[in-house]
Amino acid sequence: MKKVSKSPWLLHYDASSCNGCDIEVLDCLTPRYDIERFGIINTGDPFQADILLITGGVNSQTESVVQQLYSQMPDPKVVIAVGICACTGGVFKECYNIKGGIDTVIPVDVYVPGCAARPEAIIDGVLEGLKVLDEKQAEMEKQKGGKRNG
Amino acid sequence: MDEKNEIKIISLADFFPAVLAMKDKGWRLAQICAVSVEQGYELSYSFCEDSSYRMVTLRLEIDENQEVASITHIYPCAFIQENEAAELFGVNISHIKPDYHGTLYRIDKSAPFKKKE
Amino acid sequence: MAKRSIIPFGPQHPVLPEPVHLDLILEDETVVEAVPSIGFVHRGLETLVKKRDYKQYVYIAERVCGICSCGHGLGYCQAVEEVMGIEIPDRAKYLRTIWMEMSRIHSHLLWLGLLADAMGFESLFMESWRMREKILDLFDKTTGGRIIHSINQIGGVQKDMTTPMLLDILHVIEDLTAELKPIVETFLHDYTVQSRLKDVGILSREDAVTMGAVGPMLRASGEPYDARLLGYAAYKDLSMEPIISTGCDSYARCEVRLKELFQSFELIREAIGKIPNGPVNVPVKGNPSGEYFLRIEQPRGEAIYYVKGNGTKFLDRFRLRTPTTSNIPPMAEMLKGCQLADVPLLILTIDPCISCTER
Repeated sequence: MKKVSKSPWLLHYDASSCNGCDIEVLDCLTPRYDIERFGIINTGDPFQADILLITGGVNSQTESVVQQLYSQMPDPKVVIAVGICACTGGVFKECYNIKGGIDTVIPVDVYVPGCAARPEAIIDGVLEGLKVLDEKQAEMEKQKGGKRNG
Repeated sequence: MDEKNEIKIISLADFFPAVLAMKDKGWRLAQICAVSVEQGYELSYSFCEDSSYRMVTLRLEIDENQEVASITHIYPCAFIQENEAAELFGVNISHIKPDYHGTLYRIDKSAPFKKKE
Repeated sequence: MAKRSIIPFGPQHPVLPEPVHLDLILEDETVVEAVPSIGFVHRGLETLVKKRDYKQYVYIAERVCGICSCGHGLGYCQAVEEVMGIEIPDRAKYLRTIWMEMSRIHSHLLWLGLLADAMGFESLFMESWRMREKILDLFDKTTGGRIIHSINQIGGVQKDMTTPMLLDILHVIEDLTAELKPIVETFLHDYTVQSRLKDVGILSREDAVTMGAVGPMLRASGEPYDARLLGYAAYKDLSMEPIISTGCDSYARCEVRLKELFQSFELIREAIGKIPNGPVNVPVKGNPSGEYFLRIEQPRGEAIYYVKGNGTKFLDRFRLRTPTTSNIPPMAEMLKGCQLADVPLLILTIDPCISCTER
């Protein structure tokens, strides 16, 4: 049966970004792009978030924070890496204090490249993440149902 | 360099009197920069005079392990940049107030900007 | 006796998109001391001069920060040009000035929005950011990028602006001048805004100078220092006076930035009126050898670029002292004695840019 997707809540975290992508993420909330029209809300609480949006590569300080945020989010959850630094490390890859992309620490579902990622691309990425969220939810329900029957 | 922007090489003995004189004249501490060179470090302390737009940089040349006292007792705002020089370059700066003891950036490597042998 | 407690503030805090941490030592509700600690977005960009040659490094310098990117590119290129003794064409100087002032407008509008957000004045936040989009569109049109422009290069700028582009800029700033009026009115005279900003976070002129404040922070304390008056790029041909306020409080900082928006409009108008024709860059040969300390006025204040070359294509050292590095000590100073509830707002009034600071 076809269902209506839920409006995901976002949790934004700056791992070690240059601000460019952060500002573009914030820009998505303002009148020109306005992702709140999809019911998407930028929350500050990992316990209420469905989508973790990370900008910037991981460094030694933010590594544990990223892991903690990820573990605090309820299942199903989706991780979106915004910007080329979050995808691979980008221009900062060879810096001594950069470990690389977000996927060196936690699994990433959607990659949004760009320096800085444009708001249109970020919105696209979030909607792509929504599909992944639906799939994960369906998978979870199937497993639950399987247990109940079995 | 031009007349509004000069670098003066100064000895450690003359350094503190010079910084005190800057403070008395009401100059603003603009920046502190450390550079790793062959035999140790170059430390540059720049001061600005806001009304005439002049900038004077006092340049200290020190050996690798030579101790330099902090200027935070004269210019309290120097603490961030002095801690940075101590942490990233391994410059031996004593009596910084407050001294972060290498926890300003909390990086894994010690003194990544230091010249490797 | 009042009870002492320590409250950790940050690194993640709703009012700041960037991580910064403060230990606030309180006596009841009053802050006695604030100890800043940074390092969450430290990447170590300055070491990359060993891996990228001095022409490639322009792109790294721009990516120090996504808000001040235009200024960082300009500062780095200008410092290298000083070392190498390159005189860039006049048209390139004017183009740099126009882009730099546009970047100031976008940065100040961004800050005004964040300030409104910190006060809980959502509509003002949205309005400011809506206007900022117009400037970003201009950047998009003239450089090809909204945030990171990669427009400066050693020896000039990469692209020229066509006359329709210049006219477009004039149209947009004309629109903005009119549209900004109600916003300025609200920021300066609204009761809510005044009660949050007036007499909060006092930084006296004396303190501002001895603590090393720069930019709007310094000017809001009455010190008329604006590095643009050094006359780099085309500023020597344009008429401007530093905008100051003697209020020394958060309201004064807001006022200075608002007035600087209109000053930037004027500077752009004048620059477009005077821009000469000609080439926009000169070929660069050889490698930098020597050193230079260069000051420019970023939206957030005076930034210092230090370049030391050794005659090879890799620089010995590049150092960037950003405005926020200088503004953190005066911030810690003005937090002393304020109320805990005012702390987020006060941190915002210095217009912190943490990724610049930590590089």
